[in-house]
Amino acid sequence: MTEIIFGISAFIVLVGSIGVVLSRNPVHAALFLIQALFGVAVLFLVVEAHFLAAIQVIVYAGAIVILFLFVIMLLGVDRYEDLRVDPIMGQRPLAVVAGAAIFGLLLAVILSVDGLTGEASVTSPIDRVGPDGNSVADARQLADTIFTDHVFAFEATGLLLTVAVVGAVVMARKISGDLQPLPEIPGQNGEDAELDEADDAEVGE
Amino acid sequence: MGELSATWYLLLSAAVFSIGAVGLLVRRNPLIMFMCVELMLNAVNLAFVGMAFGLNDIGGQVAVFFVMVVAAAEVVVGLAIVVAIMRRREGTTADDLSVLRG
Repeated sequence: MTEIIFGISAFIVLVGSIGVVLSRNPVHAALFLIQALFGVAVLFLVVEAHFLAAIQVIVYAGAIVILFLFVIMLLGVDRYEDLRVDPIMGQRPLAVVAGAAIFGLLLAVILSVDGLTGEASVTSPIDRVGPDGNSVADARQLADTIFTDHVFAFEATGLLLTVAVVGAVVMARKISGDLQPLPEIPGQNGEDAELDEADDAEVGE
Repeated sequence: MGELSATWYLLLSAAVFSIGAVGLLVRRNPLIMFMCVELMLNAVNLAFVGMAFGLNDIGGQVAVFFVMVVAAAEVVVGLAIVVAIMRRREGTTADDLSVLRG
């Protein structure tokens, strides 16, 4: 039974991830991303990572993809992109070759060691049995480990989230007054090229 | 390979990671490049959870928890950068942002 669920979810994840890469419209890419993330959440459930499956749906599919869609709508970039042009010669064939190489290397490693190396845990096994004879819930085990062995890492992630939120507010706020414009790329139009030449001449003097 | 094992998770993880890597290299819309990074992070999460199942160790799930927090922080900062850039220039692709090039 779990094998069938794994097969269906794996298919959903693969279709979703290929859709993200190939869709021309960013909104469609975000929807395909939701599909892939939901498939991953189901795969978490199959191996009894219940808490992580819930977090996957709430944080990833709920918050992160909505943030993506929000930015797409805010910036108005939800138009179709022409994927037929390849601005850098040979970029796509090289990228596909690089991706195939990564996949081949990973496959070689996984199949040569048959997936599993290492010993089963003795201190924090997943199928731990509590004092009442029932197996301990996944979220409780996760909390036991995080708040004992990894408590400093947990504090550090709290700090990281605070820094990220403050940084995002500082970067995305609207600045009143004159904006310092980003430098234009030289040669994009005639005026800029002339300006650059004038600057160069001044420096030369 | 009859029964569900960590190897299946690792194989799927390798496939999704490679798809995400190709997408990151091929696409030039910064938002879609971010989505491909999310795909790659999810592939790694999948491998962690599969190994946690295979080795019967909750430590893999703890690692996934931290990866998710860092991914959320990364998306927040990255999207703020994209918004700040796109406010000044319309329709920017990753190729146009070469001002730091020598």
